Amino acid sequence: MELSRRDFLKLSGGSTAGVFVVWTLGSDKTLGSWPKAIPLHKQIGETSTICPYDASGCGFIVGAENGNVVNLEGDPDHPINRGAACAKGASMAQLRTVDGALNPWRATKPKYRAPGASDWQEVSWDWALDQIARKFKDTRDDYWATTDDQGYTVNRTEGVASIGGAALDNEECYLLVKMLRTMGLVYVEHQARI
Amino acid sequence: MTNHWNDVANSDCMLSIGSNPAENHPASFGWITLAKERGAKLISVDPRFTRTSAKADIYAKMRSGTDIAFIGGMIKYVLDDMEANPTNYNMTYVREYTNAALLINPSFQGADVLDGLFSGYAGVQNETDNAKRKYDKSTWQYQFDGSGIPKADKTLQDPNCVFQILKRHFSRYDVDTVTKITGTPKETFLEICSTYAATGAPGKSGTIMYAMGTTQHTYGTQNIRSYAILQFLLGNIGLCGGGINAMRGESNVQGSTDMCLLAHILPGYLKQPINSDTSLSVHNNRVLTGSYTNNDPLSLNWWKNYPKYMVSLLKAWYSSTDHTTAYTYLPRTTKPYTDYSHIAIFEAMYEGAIKGLFCWGQNPAVAGPNANMERKAMENLEWLVVAELWETETAAFWKRPGVNPSDIQTEVFLLPAACSYEKEGSVSNSGRWMQWRYKALDPPGEAKPDLWIVNGIMSRLKALYAAEGGPMSQGVAAVSWSYGEEPDPKVVAKEVNGYNLTTGKLMATFGALKDDGTTSSGNWLYCNSWVEPENLDAFEQAHLDMYPGTDYVGNRAARRYGVDVGNGGYSAADGYKEVGLHSYWAWCWPVNRRIIYNRASVDLDGNPWDATQPVIAWNGSTWKGDVPDGGAAPMNQGGYKPFIMQAEGVGRIFGKGLADGPLPEHYEPWESPVSNQMSGTQNDPAFKIWASAMDKKGAAANYPIVCTTYRLVEHWQAGQMTRNLPWNVELQPDMFVEISEELAAEKGIVNGGKVIVETARGSVEAVALVTKRFQPFQINGSTVHQIGMPWHWGYTGLSTGDSANMLTPHVGDANTMIPEYKAFLCNVRKA
Repeated sequence: MELSRRDFLKLSGGSTAGVFVVWTLGSDKTLGSWPKAIPLHKQIGETSTICPYDASGCGFIVGAENGNVVNLEGDPDHPINRGAACAKGASMAQLRTVDGALNPWRATKPKYRAPGASDWQEVSWDWALDQIARKFKDTRDDYWATTDDQGYTVNRTEGVASIGGAALDNEECYLLVKMLRTMGLVYVEHQARI
Repeated sequence: MTNHWNDVANSDCMLSIGSNPAENHPASFGWITLAKERGAKLISVDPRFTRTSAKADIYAKMRSGTDIAFIGGMIKYVLDDMEANPTNYNMTYVREYTNAALLINPSFQGADVLDGLFSGYAGVQNETDNAKRKYDKSTWQYQFDGSGIPKADKTLQDPNCVFQILKRHFSRYDVDTVTKITGTPKETFLEICSTYAATGAPGKSGTIMYAMGTTQHTYGTQNIRSYAILQFLLGNIGLCGGGINAMRGESNVQGSTDMCLLAHILPGYLKQPINSDTSLSVHNNRVLTGSYTNNDPLSLNWWKNYPKYMVSLLKAWYSSTDHTTAYTYLPRTTKPYTDYSHIAIFEAMYEGAIKGLFCWGQNPAVAGPNANMERKAMENLEWLVVAELWETETAAFWKRPGVNPSDIQTEVFLLPAACSYEKEGSVSNSGRWMQWRYKALDPPGEAKPDLWIVNGIMSRLKALYAAEGGPMSQGVAAVSWSYGEEPDPKVVAKEVNGYNLTTGKLMATFGALKDDGTTSSGNWLYCNSWVEPENLDAFEQAHLDMYPGTDYVGNRAARRYGVDVGNGGYSAADGYKEVGLHSYWAWCWPVNRRIIYNRASVDLDGNPWDATQPVIAWNGSTWKGDVPDGGAAPMNQGGYKPFIMQAEGVGRIFGKGLADGPLPEHYEPWESPVSNQMSGTQNDPAFKIWASAMDKKGAAANYPIVCTTYRLVEHWQAGQMTRNLPWNVELQPDMFVEISEELAAEKGIVNGGKVIVETARGSVEAVALVTKRFQPFQINGSTVHQIGMPWHWGYTGLSTGDSANMLTPHVGDANTMIPEYKAFLCNVRKA
């Protein structure tokens, strides 16, 4: 029988308690006699996460400090990937941090592009969300259909569409679909369709 | 997936078709490798020799778009072998657990009689009028006895029983015809048939692992149907190491599908109301009588509970409103749902009918079919909102190569979003495991989680309608929306699970949801994912440290119990076989059932077909192992048929509900270099043909080469999540196209040189990768070349290149409207 790391620690902890020290998340303790003890110089915030790429659902551990990801590795306790990472999972830190600083390609401020303009302008969240709600309401209302051409009540708008959601969390998808349907949208789609 | 990733290790034979897990689902490959170490065989069927093929025991090349011919040939092999060697198969499973024995209307005629069509077609052969490209399905139905139970012939001999119809249908799929269509060497094909058919023996299991290579065709749904039929005949559904396993490509595409951000459904796969659903009761009755009636006392027919789930959803959305009134606030559709799908949205946008578009982490300027057309369509928008980590091609469509921004009047908002570890929440993987993840650090700059953005927009809308009114403003006012300024994903997760509205307690299971308005659930399939501490089971109570902290006790997605145990903590010491259920690691829908349809893994008395790897087993009074499909006793002891989500309680070999036929029939892709060798019906007869000025179809005379698209391990989807990461860009810096040595020689193309690939819709420039991985096909005596290319590139970000989707057609599957990305015609030349 192949022992998993957790089984190994559990078995050794059960028989020789105190000799092997379980190296848990956030612990500053070191391992016992083998492998060689690795003293951690400082404690960093380590958080478990699930990979944002394919739908295997692999586990990873993120080490973050001062607004940067300083370490990101496969979660050895995770039953699906057992600590392993593919070329994308292994690069996940760079979604945030490249060479010790913020990935320069990340969007960090709301931006607006005016009709016919050749560039973006930075705007405030309040201004952007006020504008979006205004436009959403106006378009919805202008293209509202209370009834269809067969005389049925339909209470919908075909002036606004929404796509996307596979990169969002479940709770975000739920809140999004709740908003879209209760606002009367019928053009509601996302990556699963394509 | 009917099963899950760890379960692959239990398989005796893995058929990877329409997929390349070594590159696109690398974590799964650890489990494939483990199965191989235990003696299992890996079969890879693909137009290209992939990294998966390199590790396979058998590799077969197959021309893109010929899955039904290939699998149909395997089905014929199995049916013939079943007659010769019935003891090599689980005939009890076929007879009792599938609809093989059920009788179909004697007026039904199949594609074997009607030259590629089925009875009830409105048009003529190769019809081009969309209004007539459809079926009247009245002859595709069961015969019922006087009590409303489908008639059956358990001897499988009645000429109208599904088994005999199946035999007649696939009688044409002989090995010569099949290999003439697919281009597969005959000996390889036969070796695959005999190897995979061996999983039909009781106690053996085989899994079919597919991905977008299967679905992205005009008959993608029927491709999967062919897999399902093969798996039913081999008794492979419900078992450890079996199943039909769709390997999904985005971290939460399973969850977003479950939440039903899709035109035809509401959360939990409830039906989007149509115009004639004039009230909640009319809607519920249509759904119940349309698909889900059955009088068979042995059929549990789970969907009979539909009204409870619909009412509970309405109570989650409109908690203070009577549910019959709340129903009237929802939009209803008029067109068939396929006309509200992705392709239809961009056709309507191209026509100028859609004025505003939200894009949430989706990048259609790269990922959409006929991307030139979809980019052009966006110019007709008055406004576009993009919530993203990056300035994607979609966000920047107004300054894309070849356009003048001053000509484009669209207002665009780019809203900076948080990445996966800059916020908290859950995602559901391909194996339906719902896993909670945590915030490691704040989002950069002013970036915000999508949850915050949605809340910000809806809160403002509520205020605007309260102040100004507007159509259906009473509906907007009635929406339950009190998440504050900083919405908490934990509060939303509990709303998704649902509440007993009388006691205010979280619901323990969807079995207790009601249709009287006294319960809520934002998604009934996720009910049981976050329960009250007193509703934890005894094993959880005894091992509370599987929860990460007091805030999370009851949040089953957050569970981390690493020892492989079954439901109830059934462990190796109790006889549990460690088949990888991991029942207390995270949570799985429905009700933590790790392998769905698991009642088919046991015989009629509840004994596992495979005692060495049982999913569930009846011990005389209770089930041990996984959470069974309902707790009742085995079928012979007062229980019910295994496929509880089907009204007839058995698996559908003959599927009466699809748009394009009750059995899969081989058709050619919309663009194909050859005529159909199976019948005179060239294309699937029921998908919609779009006809905008930019919807062009290429002819084989001008575009004789088959082209397909795929993904790389180093890049992801439309590229925004990897083309902006220096490590990945260093690994795979350029857009390229893979070309066989033979085609390269014919065209004077050298490895590493630039080439132009052209279709009727556009052209791309790419680096030529001349390779043995593609080999020319011999199709019905002629040579057919196929090339392939990744589709990750676009015009923004750190690494840029032409998008493969500038080449692909805007045409989709007859049932689902998924685009035909995987087989189209092109030509190629030196740049």
